[in-house]
Amino acid sequence: MHKDNQPLIFEMTKEGRVGYSLPELDVPEIDLNDILPAGLIREEAADLPEVSELDIMRHYTALSKRNHGVDSGFYPLGSCTMKYNPKINESVARYPGFANIHPLQDESTVQGAMELMFDLQEHLKEITGMDEVTLQPAAGAHGEWTGLMMIRAYHESRGDMNRTKVIVPDSAHGTNPASATVAGFETVTVKSNEHGLVDLDDLKRVVGDDTAALMLTNPNTLGLFEEQILEMAAIIHEVGGKLYYDGANLNAVMSKARPGDMGFDVVHLNLHKTFTGPHGGGGPGSGPVGVHKDLIPYLPSPVLVKTDDAYTFDYNRPETIGRVKPFYGNFGINVRAYTYIRSMGPDGLKAVTEYAVLNANYMMRKLQPFFDLPYDRHCKHEFVLSGRRQKKLGVRTLDMAKRLLDFGYHPPTIYFPLNVEEGMMIEPTETESKETLDAFIDAMIQIAKEVEDNPEIVQNAPHTTVIKRLDETQAARKPVLRYTKTE
Amino acid sequence: MKHRYLPMTAQDEKEMLDVIGIQSIDELFADIPEKVRFKGEYKIKAAKSESSLTKELAQLAAKNADTNRYASFLGAGVYDHYKPIIVDHVISRSEFYTAYTPYQPEISQGELQAIFEFQTMISELTGMDLANSSMYDGGTALAEAGMLAAGHTRRKKILVSRAVHPETRDVVRTYALGQSIAVEEIPLKDGHTDLEALKEMIDGDTAAVMVQYPNFFGQVEDLKALEPIIHEAGALFAVSANPLALGALTPPGKLGADITVGDAQPFGISEAFGGPHCGYFAVTKQLMRKVPGRLVGETVDEDGRRGFVLTLQAREQHIRRDKATSNICSNQALNALAASVAMTALGKAGAREIAVQNITKTHYMKQQLKGAGFDVIFDGAHFNELTVKTKTPSKKLNARLLEKGMIGGYDLGRSYPELEGHTLIAVTEQRTKEEIDAFVQELAAAVQEMGATHA
Repeated sequence: MHKDNQPLIFEMTKEGRVGYSLPELDVPEIDLNDILPAGLIREEAADLPEVSELDIMRHYTALSKRNHGVDSGFYPLGSCTMKYNPKINESVARYPGFANIHPLQDESTVQGAMELMFDLQEHLKEITGMDEVTLQPAAGAHGEWTGLMMIRAYHESRGDMNRTKVIVPDSAHGTNPASATVAGFETVTVKSNEHGLVDLDDLKRVVGDDTAALMLTNPNTLGLFEEQILEMAAIIHEVGGKLYYDGANLNAVMSKARPGDMGFDVVHLNLHKTFTGPHGGGGPGSGPVGVHKDLIPYLPSPVLVKTDDAYTFDYNRPETIGRVKPFYGNFGINVRAYTYIRSMGPDGLKAVTEYAVLNANYMMRKLQPFFDLPYDRHCKHEFVLSGRRQKKLGVRTLDMAKRLLDFGYHPPTIYFPLNVEEGMMIEPTETESKETLDAFIDAMIQIAKEVEDNPEIVQNAPHTTVIKRLDETQAARKPVLRYTKTE
Repeated sequence: MKHRYLPMTAQDEKEMLDVIGIQSIDELFADIPEKVRFKGEYKIKAAKSESSLTKELAQLAAKNADTNRYASFLGAGVYDHYKPIIVDHVISRSEFYTAYTPYQPEISQGELQAIFEFQTMISELTGMDLANSSMYDGGTALAEAGMLAAGHTRRKKILVSRAVHPETRDVVRTYALGQSIAVEEIPLKDGHTDLEALKEMIDGDTAAVMVQYPNFFGQVEDLKALEPIIHEAGALFAVSANPLALGALTPPGKLGADITVGDAQPFGISEAFGGPHCGYFAVTKQLMRKVPGRLVGETVDEDGRRGFVLTLQAREQHIRRDKATSNICSNQALNALAASVAMTALGKAGAREIAVQNITKTHYMKQQLKGAGFDVIFDGAHFNELTVKTKTPSKKLNARLLEKGMIGGYDLGRSYPELEGHTLIAVTEQRTKEEIDAFVQELAAAVQEMGATHA
């Protein structure tokens, strides 16, 4: 990485330079004053950069060199499934017939796009074991909220107005309780037991006739399969609640167990995780939602249906929760996910899960002697180590994460889930080779040894990055959220 | 199995199983109860090779009428604009698109700085104090503005103009339902928000008033006249603005908006059948700590060098869980990058020039339509959109236009019963004089032909 600070694009500005080539204005010019009301014509131009095209390319190329992606190196960020993003996906999504079509064109002119969406829905139904799928939600959290709104509509349609509570495990993703709040529910936390799984006794304690739903990730955020899933489903269903599946960890169970068969009523998927989105530096994602047949009437409108001779959007959905997004979802991401599924096929998706889980277990066992492993059993696609042994020697998990940067790795997810002290959540994915895993394992072991022999090198890490540790307290206390020109 | 994405060899597998101390991969799944174990393989289509899959999907794509082959006169919130070629070159750099959220700032300075620049550009265009790192789209951004306003004012009613995009209004209603917030629609008057009606409707329980600028009909709402009505009632003023139009229009921040949101799709982002686009969210300093989603801030490292980090994270779901200001996690970072490149390419001069071109060409279309005898209703200033009375269903007209290589407008009867027989026609800087002239000619011919059969 380059050590010199890259100036802001605004600092490269020179009056009079341009980087654009607009179409020729081939109609008569007009005076805006003749058309726009006084006071609505902009007086002072927005202070955007004035740079040439080469300036722009150099700037963003320099920025890209100061960024680490999956193509740059190993990225075992737990819970995020940072697998390889196939290039064919990028090409297909850019076909003019997919990239340059308008969502409000007559349906007869976009049948190819609708066919792709429909077939993707069919594939996702089979993969999840659900009865219907909507592609409308834009991301995982958006899907969570959509699913919860459907559950709410379901209960209310039956005159069951007092189901105000959504139960989430203490190990859940932060989006689960946040989505519950946005959907108008109160969150109740259910504890994990000593095995890292949901404590059934505690679950029985917190359920009741006010339970709207239980949100569950399976395998959970510790990478452990909730073995008592059928018992949990029975507990929830007996009190009239619904079971919600957070699909963030679907990469761990494809072709091994389907949410629909486990008793889940609603499922959201993160197509940017399991189905190679890509992540885009934080988005865009896509968060389709699958439902059990009981919930079909409440799906967001419109619903894509296939008639004898065409695909069409059905807007006649009297019980729908309404729209959750303008148009039909993040189509461009859905094209990528569809291309991926079609590249893998049934045997490919099965191998994906098997190798993702094999890789994770291999790493876990190789690292187990050097770090604490709070839950010692086979994991699924990810596992969580604890840095409490190292903490006693004065080195925190944060320090070890920063030290990994010196080896060219993106660190694991740290301090999550919340029920593991000094947690490090490692997810290798199936697209990494054994050589890559071995090199990372060696780096981790070396760091563990450094903690014992030379803790300062870890505590003061990183040493090789373009910038050292940043002052986050200052950033929050005196927020500077935009550039301001200094005269 | 052998697949180009899966590097596992038989030898690797054996060595790994030995380390784990098991005989087969199946043992790793023994904790899945027998009753729920999926046996066999999914009944989905078999894998295809790279060549045969690209061929199949190219054929599927070719079934769609795209704007490379057709001149589009369809807008209604999504536009065919000049997309600088460099945009795709930048967002194709895989250091950007294969990264995730920049949680580790030391190796994510590129993304963080690019987003900081995006925040600055959106602040500049909207005239607001600050902007976040992006939202899913303009529709959900306006819905989140409603949530923010209700939380901030502790009031339970939102007034949204009927001149706001119909699908955006639908999304606002769905979000409001979750929070038990009432949504009432302010009627139209001559294609604008009816100020007199607003005065009647606004009261001490109104959290926010939402308008679109320019509105769904391309009319430029008089924000100056709206502002005192809203603030006198103690409500927040939320504006959904097309950022491209702000190159020529007075920014909402200068006219009293508390929250300005919208979609940056007009800046270098593909129409892509409606998504992914790129919502933005900008506010006054007073509302800084209520903003949904990620914010990038400037700070220094241990050596005092400038750097960028995600900041004010105490608002967010991964810290605050059920007390967060929003549940948003993934946003539209890559599209925010695309918009940044387009805004940078246009720059100070181009941002104004492109906005003026859109006004000028829309005006030209209006003159031509009027000259051909069409009734163009709503006679204010037009940006991109024109409401034309055709008396004939748009679907039929559009089928005819398609034969002539053109994508026609939006059937307003779909969302405004009183505008049955009206079509919303969009013109951007991409449409040439020749295309506009041809469109007017064909539309006139089609209406005449249909009129003859429908009279």
